[in-house]
Amino acid sequence: MSTKSIGQEFTKGLWDENPVFRQLLGLCPTLAVTNAVINGLAMGMATSFVLIFSSLVVSSIKKFIPSQVRIASYVVIIATFVTVADRFLAAFFPPISKSLGPYVPLIVVNCIILGRQEAFSSKNTVGRSLIDALGMSSGFVLAMLILSAIREILGMGTFLGYQVMGQWFEPWIIMILPPGAFITLGILLALALQIERKTKSRK
Amino acid sequence: MELVAIFVTAILINNFVLRYFLGICPFLGVSKKIDSAISMGLAVTFVMTITAAVSWVINHWILIPLKLDYLQIVSFILVIASLVQLVEMFIRKISPPLYEALGIYLPLITTNCAIFFLALMASLRDYSFLESVIFGVGSGLGFTLAIVLMAAIREQLDLADVPEALKGAGIALIVAGIMALAFLGFSGMIK
Repeated sequence: MSTKSIGQEFTKGLWDENPVFRQLLGLCPTLAVTNAVINGLAMGMATSFVLIFSSLVVSSIKKFIPSQVRIASYVVIIATFVTVADRFLAAFFPPISKSLGPYVPLIVVNCIILGRQEAFSSKNTVGRSLIDALGMSSGFVLAMLILSAIREILGMGTFLGYQVMGQWFEPWIIMILPPGAFITLGILLALALQIERKTKSRK
Repeated sequence: MELVAIFVTAILINNFVLRYFLGICPFLGVSKKIDSAISMGLAVTFVMTITAAVSWVINHWILIPLKLDYLQIVSFILVIASLVQLVEMFIRKISPPLYEALGIYLPLITTNCAIFFLALMASLRDYSFLESVIFGVGSGLGFTLAIVLMAAIREQLDLADVPEALKGAGIALIVAGIMALAFLGFSGMIK
């Protein structure tokens, strides 16, 4: 059982235990769909939806799941919500669904979600699990937003499709291609580590 | 000819790691030594080949005839999880030395998104049975190539003077970025 206050339970996902920058989880979608802000945002939302509902279900039925088959049960629960998210996007937002492609079904194997079920929801109350899932989701959306904003602005000179850079700006095509994703995330990780070291040494 | 194109494309042009960002976790985690990188690569290739074949059978003989294709996500993930388990038991019986060599990497493959992506992609592109298997082998070899190259670079990196904050994942990702840049050069090979 976690003993943190409700506020701490939420904010730990934003920085201390941020899934992308601190725990290095869920890197595949983080790298793959952040070539435009709209894609990063949609992916962040879809993942949050799956994470929040899976946490709710797992924490409410945790007593009935035998521990030998718990991973398999979590995976089936997660896969169900992913199917819902996938169908929903395909029905109401076909262009987004098309540009995310097979990365929506891939949410199933996103280690953030399975990790939270195993590490948190299976041991804590429904309320706490919800707060934890909300915090982790916000942290994930935040990371997606930062990464995709950097890549879209430098790679295309736009933000959410609106021109933000002047006429003089020559887009860095590399940023919206795969290498740009790796390099941007590498630099962001180093930055996060540096900030963490600075704040630690001050304490 | 078609099959050769699928094979080469899967290894070099649409490399799973460097183009689709799949299997980043083992790519970063198991790439510190060349030996373990080779074992991991071969284990993935092995499971990918079998997954490609089995998921094709499930998709074309069960899901599509029964119009259950919306259950693809759930059924593929279950197939992969049980398959990895089966392969593990099989290898342990048939070839203990190989089992020893693969060790912990085998169960880890279940959570490798590359395998799941492979099953989805083969169904999305409507590959025939043979094409699926070739796609599986090629993708596995592509993963092996990427992870072994990465391990070779990282063994050298150990001797380099890397800034404190970039150590570990940071520098590994930047190296991967430069590798991805190099692999982009292959994209003109096949139209």
